[in-house]
Amino acid sequence: MNPASCGTPAANPWLAFPVQITGITDETPGVSTYELQLTDAEVARNYRFQPGQFNMLYLPGVGEAAISLSGQSESGDRLRHTVRLAGNVTHSLAGLGVGGRFGLRGPFGTPWPMEECRGRDVVAVAGGLGLAPLRPAIDAILNAPDEYGQLTILYGARTPEHLLFEQVYPDWRQNGAVVNVTVDRSLPGWQGHVGVVPLLVDRMQLPDPENTVFLICGPDVMMKYTVSSALNRGVPAERIWINMERNMNCAVGLCGHCQYGPEFICKDGPVLRYDRVQPMLRVEDL
Amino acid sequence: MDRQERFLETDRLQTLIDVLTDAGYQVVGPTIEQEAIIYDEITSVDDLPRGWTETQEPGQYRLQQRDDEAYFGYTVGPHSWKQFLFPPVATVATAERTDSGWEMRTPDEPPPQYAFLGVRACEIAAIEVQDRTFLHGPYVDPIYRDRRDRALIIAVNCTQAASTCFCTSMNTGPRCRSGFDLALTETADGFVVEAGSDAGGRILEQLPTREPEATDLTAAETARQQAVDQITRRMDTTDIRNLLLDNLQHPRWDEVATRCLSCTNCTMVCPTCFCSSVKEVSDLKGDEITRERQWDSCFNFDFSYMNGGVVRNDIRSRYRQWLTHKLASWHDQFDVSGCVGCGRCISWCPVGIDLTEEVAAIRADAHQPEEQP
Repeated sequence: MNPASCGTPAANPWLAFPVQITGITDETPGVSTYELQLTDAEVARNYRFQPGQFNMLYLPGVGEAAISLSGQSESGDRLRHTVRLAGNVTHSLAGLGVGGRFGLRGPFGTPWPMEECRGRDVVAVAGGLGLAPLRPAIDAILNAPDEYGQLTILYGARTPEHLLFEQVYPDWRQNGAVVNVTVDRSLPGWQGHVGVVPLLVDRMQLPDPENTVFLICGPDVMMKYTVSSALNRGVPAERIWINMERNMNCAVGLCGHCQYGPEFICKDGPVLRYDRVQPMLRVEDL
Repeated sequence: MDRQERFLETDRLQTLIDVLTDAGYQVVGPTIEQEAIIYDEITSVDDLPRGWTETQEPGQYRLQQRDDEAYFGYTVGPHSWKQFLFPPVATVATAERTDSGWEMRTPDEPPPQYAFLGVRACEIAAIEVQDRTFLHGPYVDPIYRDRRDRALIIAVNCTQAASTCFCTSMNTGPRCRSGFDLALTETADGFVVEAGSDAGGRILEQLPTREPEATDLTAAETARQQAVDQITRRMDTTDIRNLLLDNLQHPRWDEVATRCLSCTNCTMVCPTCFCSSVKEVSDLKGDEITRERQWDSCFNFDFSYMNGGVVRNDIRSRYRQWLTHKLASWHDQFDVSGCVGCGRCISWCPVGIDLTEEVAAIRADAHQPEEQP
C-alpha cells in the first residue's frame, strides 16, 4: 500500500498524514486561511487535488473537520484551507499558530467540472465562505484564459467586512473576470449592491445561457434561489453545479452521515450536478 | 465445486466444531444469553440452544422450549453476523505525540478468523449487502475486508419461520442458495450437508458423514418447505423505490413519528445498517490517541449535525430517512435493497412498528409523482 495515495481508493482511507502550518492569513472576522505543508516528502510529492475537493483536517484528540481546499502555494507544495471558527476542531486549529502540527486525510470528493467549463462562459456564484471552495476553480480559469469563455464571479456576504479574498478582486478583474459583489447589510462607506446573491444572477449579462456553466457554493437556501434564477435565465439544469455541505465523518462513503437522498455528499459530492439533486432540494429536513 | 449432499448424524455435530477449531477458526454460533438466542464464541454443541425456539411478534421476542431436541430450531435473534465483520467498536487509527509532532498509524494486527455457524439465508443476503457497502467502493473498509476475507460461513437452512419473517418478499430465503461454504439442513436424525465452496468442501471431507438416504433428503426437503409455508408476512416491493421517493411528504410519516421513539433499536439489530461515527479516545495527557469507530444511527438526534444545526430535526424526518434509505435509495447506492426481510426491526422495536405495515399504508394512499417540467 502506498501511503502517499491516501485520497485514492486503494489506500487505507483512515490513515492521516502529518502536516505543519507554514502560514496563517486572517481574512474576515472568524475566518483565516492556513497554508499547510505535508511534512512527509514522498506524501507531499504525490499529493494532487482538483478544484472543489476537500481534506479532512485531523486534530488528534479533538477530531476531524471536512474543509475544502481553497488553493495551493505558487510552488504547488503547500495547501491552503480557508477555515471559519465553528466547532472544536476549528477552534483547536486556531490555537495552533504557525509551526503547529496536526494531520490530514484527502483529497476527497468530486471536483468542479472543469472539462465542462472549457470553451464555455462560466459563472461562479458564492455566498459567504462558499467562495473558498470556488477559488481553485477561479484560479484555474484565470490561469488559462484562452481555454474558457467569460468568467463572471457573483459573490454575496453578510456585510462588507465579511467579504472574503477582497484584496484579490482587482487581480481577478484585471485578468478578465467580471466580479459583482453584494452584501446583506451595508456599512458606512459601502458603495456597492445591497441584497441577496440571486438578484445578481437576475441582473447579470448572460449572452449565451445555454452554453454557460454555473458553479454555485453557499448555504442551501442561497443555492436553491440562485439555481431558480439561473433556470429562469435559460440556463439548462444540466449546466448547473452546486457544492453541498453535510456532516462528514469518514469522507469515503462508509459512515452514512452525509447522505442526501441517494447521494453520499462525501464521495458522490460535494460537487453535484443540479438535475441529479433537483427532486430532493424541494424537501425540507431530508 | 462439489454440490453433492452428505449426511451427518446428530450426535456427530461436535466433530464439525472440532474440525473448524483445529483448522484455526474461532467458531461463533448461536447460544442463549439474557433470554435470547444470540451469537457468541462457542466450543461445544452444549453451547447451542438445543431444544429451544422463540416466538416473535411486533415488539416481542420470547424464548420457548421445543418439544424436540433440534439444535437450530429457532429463527433469528437480536444479533447478526454484522457485529463480527463490522465490529460495534473498532480502532481505525491511532496518533501518538512525538518530539516533532504526531505519529499517525492505522492498526495492523491480524484480524480474527471466524467460522460462523448457523447463518440463515437472509443473513447471507445481509452479508452480501454489506459487502457492497464496505468492499465494492470506491473506498474499501480495511476492518471489514480483513474479517470478511477470512470468514467461513456455515449456513443452516430455516426449518421454521417467525411471524416477523418476510424473506420470501425480499427474495433472500428461506433456502440458502449461494454465499456459503457449507449449508446444513437439520432433520430429526441429523444434518444434510452440502458444500458451497472449496474451503467448505475441505471441511466436509474431514467430517464423519455418510451418503444420505432418500428418506434423509425427503425429510430435509419437508423441513425446508415447512419454513416456506410458515411465512405469512408480506411486503409488496413493486416499484418500491419510486413509491417511497415520490411520497416524501406523505402524512404517514407524521403518523409514524407519533409512535416512533427514535431509540435506534431497529438500526442496531438490522444486519445491513452500516452507519458509524469515529470518536477520539485520548489518554489523560492527550499524547496517545485512539480513533474509535462506533456504530451510530440515523435516529440519533445529532447524527446529521452540521456546523450550526441538525438537518433532520424531528422524528418524522429521521424515520423517513431510515425507511427510504433502507428500501429506496439503497437501490441507487448499492443496486440492491437494504432490507433482507429478517424482521428483526419489527420484533425489537419497543413499540412494535412494522415496516411492512408502514410501506403498505403509504402504498394504500400513494401520491402520484408530479410531472417534471
